[in-house]
Amino acid sequence: MKKTLIMSALGALVLSAGFAGTASAADIGACLITKTDSNPFFVKMKEGAQKKAEELGMTLKAYAGKMDGDNESQVAAIESCIADGAKGILITPSDTKAIVSSVKQARDAGLLVIALDTPLEPIDAADATFATDNFMAGKLIGEWALKTLGDKAKDAKIALLDINVSQPTVEVLRDQGFLTGFGIDTVDIHRNGDEKDPRIVGNDVTDGNEEGGRRAMENLLQKDPGINLVYTINEPAAAGAYEALKAVGREKDVLIVSVDGGCPGVKNVAEGVIGATSQQYPLLMASMGMEAIKAWAETQKKPEKTPGLDFFNTGVTLITDHPVDGVPSIDTKEGLAKCWG
Amino acid sequence: MADAKAGGVQPADFEKTLAQADTKVASFDERERSPIERIQHFLHSSPSAVPLLVLIASVAIFGVINGSKFFSPFALTLILQQVAIVGIIGSAQTLIILTAGIDLSVGAIMVLCSVVMGRFSINYGLPPAVGLAAGLTLGLACGAFNGFLVARIKLPPFIVTLGTWSIYSAANYIYAANETIRSQDIDAVAPVLHFFGQKIELGQANFTFAVILMIALAAFLWYVLNHTAWGRHVYAIGDDPEAARLSGINVDRMLITVYAVAGLICAVAGWVLIGRIGSVSPQGGQNANIESITAAVIGGTSLFGGRGSILGTVFGALIVGVFGLGLRLWGTDPQWTYLTVGALIIIAVATDQWIRKVSA
Repeated sequence: MKKTLIMSALGALVLSAGFAGTASAADIGACLITKTDSNPFFVKMKEGAQKKAEELGMTLKAYAGKMDGDNESQVAAIESCIADGAKGILITPSDTKAIVSSVKQARDAGLLVIALDTPLEPIDAADATFATDNFMAGKLIGEWALKTLGDKAKDAKIALLDINVSQPTVEVLRDQGFLTGFGIDTVDIHRNGDEKDPRIVGNDVTDGNEEGGRRAMENLLQKDPGINLVYTINEPAAAGAYEALKAVGREKDVLIVSVDGGCPGVKNVAEGVIGATSQQYPLLMASMGMEAIKAWAETQKKPEKTPGLDFFNTGVTLITDHPVDGVPSIDTKEGLAKCWG
Repeated sequence: MADAKAGGVQPADFEKTLAQADTKVASFDERERSPIERIQHFLHSSPSAVPLLVLIASVAIFGVINGSKFFSPFALTLILQQVAIVGIIGSAQTLIILTAGIDLSVGAIMVLCSVVMGRFSINYGLPPAVGLAAGLTLGLACGAFNGFLVARIKLPPFIVTLGTWSIYSAANYIYAANETIRSQDIDAVAPVLHFFGQKIELGQANFTFAVILMIALAAFLWYVLNHTAWGRHVYAIGDDPEAARLSGINVDRMLITVYAVAGLICAVAGWVLIGRIGSVSPQGGQNANIESITAAVIGGTSLFGGRGSILGTVFGALIVGVFGLGLRLWGTDPQWTYLTVGALIIIAVATDQWIRKVSA
């Protein structure tokens, strides 16, 4: 079994070397490997990649882990892609360090590997990274909250609803970005929960879903019922937090900020459930990734980075119906036109 | 034989010593029990006593540590609200564990049914009653399918539900297209889906309908398990299926009904879930199987079947909830909650093993 895999990998290598210069688009195979097949973010990413593949006449094969953190499935997927003779792999790594040796195998076999959404560790283990600037996403909502609260900001009572105890990089970047935007000393910027600012009531984990968001909000409200500013890792967690606030009649006087820009989330911004959210663009990551693989197959050219960053920033936009001076934003009508999921 | 011949005649010489013989019929050796054995015996006959004691102790300890923030009607009823779903799913899980089975698909059934209720009522515009009926029926069917595979095809429950867990949750994601139905849209069209989110306030204490349902369900199942033939049969087939069969119980049919009832309870939990989180989301519920097994095990239900109680499971769920909120108010990192719950599971199973060694 293993032998046939290696043989076919070698075969694919020979083939790809032989046809590299002259490949027509129809011969270009690409793989998309996502963390899971359940999170709408990845589902939309897959749809975006699929659509682009049809448009460019490429063949796309999609793989996914069974759950967040499932490294083995992603390793197997990379091996299949090499064996399949794909020209490039788009991957949202579940385990950003453990996957690196498999990624190297693929690159050694001549495939272009692009990390989407989540950078590898080290980031240059991939040929390129197309991602949201998550620190900026957090910073935007932090700045917006600071300006919106105005004088009351110095007495704010803040709840931080994170994703889980393993503190993945995305979560830390958003959380610490938010605090930076709000002007709070983050102590160690690579770690959540070590802040000493008395305005922070506490951190709790939500698993990034409604149920967890509600439970976490209830816990923190119990710690301090005076909470008036809530940062949430994503919009489902925000919706759950809102239910907890509604249950105690506080939904009108607490400001919730979030990150994602999914359609239900943007609608919640329009209806005042969420004050502001930072929108990211998974479809853009996927379609740009497909174009990069096509360019690689035809001209052996690798994608560029955004100046000043070590990845290509696919953009992040603040969405709110209550804009403040000095923080650029779009309204929910425009946000709904760009939303995903 | 000898007795029959000797019947009615005077005892022969050699039989005269019989008069001094022990006249007791065959009986067990009744030696004095040591205090530890007495405790062991008491725990064996009342399986929910240990979790109840642990629950009371943990409430008292966290009450002392955290003061009125924790030990208030509001906070204590909040814990009830937080554990209601695990308590309900745990009741279903307990029924199955009592038959020496296990159900890994409970969370998947719950979420799938909640999505069906939501999509039927909102996306298809059917009357909410139809949506609810469809969801509940689907839960019953999912459970019955598990039961069929276990009882008729004779597959191990762990394998069956490991498979259907994947099947039901994949069906959920495919059917739901990974889309969330927002709380506001549900309120506009089918507010009945939020029924279990409503609450009764008694001073500071809040009892959601979900909490009341959990308590009512536990009381009802306690009655059924202890005072009906069906309930006693559940224990009997878990204790020794062969003996149960020989005493005239239709074991296959019992197993199918137990899994089907569990599926129905999971579907009801799906309805409760909508009330709790507001929206209908295909995400979530992924840990409900582990959480329900945790509640059952901490609640003193034996994974070998035949021993345990619904009340114990509710206490088990509450213990996890008390540690969750108590440790958080104390200001510990969330990781400590998982560590503590892990330790509780091991202690609970070790206690169970020890109790099982009791002589009848």
